[in-house]
Amino acid sequence: MKVMEGLYYTNDHEWLKLDGTTATIGISDYAQEMLGDVAYIELPDAGESFAAGDAFGVVESTKMASDLYMPVSGTVLEKNTEAEDDPGIVNRDAYGAWLVKIELTDAAEVEKLLDAATYEKGLDA
Amino acid sequence: MTYDYDKTIFELSAEGKQGYRLPPVDGRQGGGRQDAAPTNAPDTLRNVGAACSRPPEIPVIPESLRRAVPPLLPQVSEPEAVRHFTRLSQKNYGVDGGFYPLGSCTMKYNPKVNEEVCALPGFAGLHPYQPAETAQGALQLLHELGEAFCAITGMDEFSLQPAAGAHGELAGLMIIKNYHASRGEGHRKTIIVPDSSHGTNPASAAEAGYHIVQIDSNADGTVCLAALETALADGDIAGLMLTNPNTLGLFEKDILKIAELVHAAGGLLYYDGANLNAILGEARPGDMGFDVMHINTHKTFSTPHGGGGPGAGPIGVKAHLSEFLPTPRVVKDGDAYRFEDVGPNSIGKLRGYFGSFGVLARAWTYIRTMGAAGMKEVSEAAVLNANYMKEALKGPYKLPYDHVCMHEFVLDGLADAAEGVKTVDVAKRLIELGYHPPTIYFPLIVHNALMIEPTETESKETLDAFLAAMRQIADEAAKTPEVLTAAPGNTPVTRVDELRAAKTPKLKWEEVS
Repeated sequence: MKVMEGLYYTNDHEWLKLDGTTATIGISDYAQEMLGDVAYIELPDAGESFAAGDAFGVVESTKMASDLYMPVSGTVLEKNTEAEDDPGIVNRDAYGAWLVKIELTDAAEVEKLLDAATYEKGLDA
Repeated sequence: MTYDYDKTIFELSAEGKQGYRLPPVDGRQGGGRQDAAPTNAPDTLRNVGAACSRPPEIPVIPESLRRAVPPLLPQVSEPEAVRHFTRLSQKNYGVDGGFYPLGSCTMKYNPKVNEEVCALPGFAGLHPYQPAETAQGALQLLHELGEAFCAITGMDEFSLQPAAGAHGELAGLMIIKNYHASRGEGHRKTIIVPDSSHGTNPASAAEAGYHIVQIDSNADGTVCLAALETALADGDIAGLMLTNPNTLGLFEKDILKIAELVHAAGGLLYYDGANLNAILGEARPGDMGFDVMHINTHKTFSTPHGGGGPGAGPIGVKAHLSEFLPTPRVVKDGDAYRFEDVGPNSIGKLRGYFGSFGVLARAWTYIRTMGAAGMKEVSEAAVLNANYMKEALKGPYKLPYDHVCMHEFVLDGLADAAEGVKTVDVAKRLIELGYHPPTIYFPLIVHNALMIEPTETESKETLDAFLAAMRQIADEAAKTPEVLTAAPGNTPVTRVDELRAAKTPKLKWEEVS
């Protein structure tokens, strides 16, 4: 189980990679390990807007179904249709298999997210 | 032997074989002719359908409602049909075949006397449209069962209509909704559930049109009062759904405080009866402050489990909610019983007729044969059995919540296992050793959960044999992990590809070319 440096994290196990005013979002390696084999992923279409903490999609494994939560507020620019077609990529490479790219509403919200070290510490607790 | 049997009934089928005999159709309705299959049917269907020939001309059934092609049904003789289903049943695993410690499901033995009572001709031969005055015994049974449930749970009135536990949940939530609407508080749109709740709770609440808020548990696995207060402060709370003892098998010791908080916020308290088997004769949801609840008769009151039904999920309410119950209710006037309309605030009729009568007759029989003292013994033995097993397994397996448990307990997987050995492998190895595995990966807050509920009907010898199997598996997990990861090898179907089963399920029979 690995936590990748240089990304932001949430307590709900999403990761966020910041790139100017846009961000790429996925789920952490810990999340994919807890879920087990992922069977389905439902993602929002480009143009949909969400507030921080909103459920923006669903990930379903052979063990459980879970909502995906927006780490920050934003509007979807693009979704990873490859992840919808072949959800197993999340299990194979959690940090490579991004789910959505968003345009941030408020860049300051990123500061409320966890850094890799803090997130990893939370997992051990 | 029977494990080798893997035929579908369509594979036994051959044209012209027949396992039934129908009486001739009443001549007045159109002559009783047995028409051949229509000539426009495809050949294969015509062949298969020959034995189930086209229904005779019955003028009252318009042409538009008749089949053009006979249904695709297998053609087998009576002994073939009997052997086929007997062999399939022998491949199945049930409580009558062995120990079944499936947590949260209360897989207790179902006494056979229950079957005798519900098969009595006066019950089994009832017609649902029979006038109430000619079905007094059945109405008496329903009335007495409602009274017994009230005595056991501390509620004031029961409706026996709902057809299953989840149906009962929906009924209860509809009652909560009608209650708030009747007070001009229809804006209450939120139902709170703890993170350890059964998945049916949020599902039923969503089905009833509610928004769901999930609250975290304390480190000890019970409801976090601070999280509850925060959720209640957000307003618009319609109610809280809770099971007590909870899904971790722990008693919610703050229940009176929880009830006070929910009621002070204007909400109602819903009791999920899933874990009622732990508290019979010891504590009552009605005394804990719950306003509405359902009972899973198949768990606590020894009626058959699942398989698509029929089931029963009676709901009980406190007096202030009686006017919202499903209609009709059974009332007693002197020595006579009759149906009575519940009135304009009722949530209406939830099911055809009066509930699953045969199931309810079994529950009534169980309560009458056990008596009040027996009920108390049920829970005491269920709790004792669970604690006995918990203590025996807490070395080789992780026990995340180490308290005295109620009727069940949750382990967090193996304490010491080779790399790659998971909870699911323990379950598969148990199947190989002849046991139905415990519930795994639920509740979700315990990631490697093995949820064990022995019930009161198992002997110490049975429990000890299962514990020995669990210890053996823990030993294998460390020393010979391949034994676990390859299991089960002795079942009709070995390790199933769960991902493929979820993604591309084959749900009906079809000819493989």
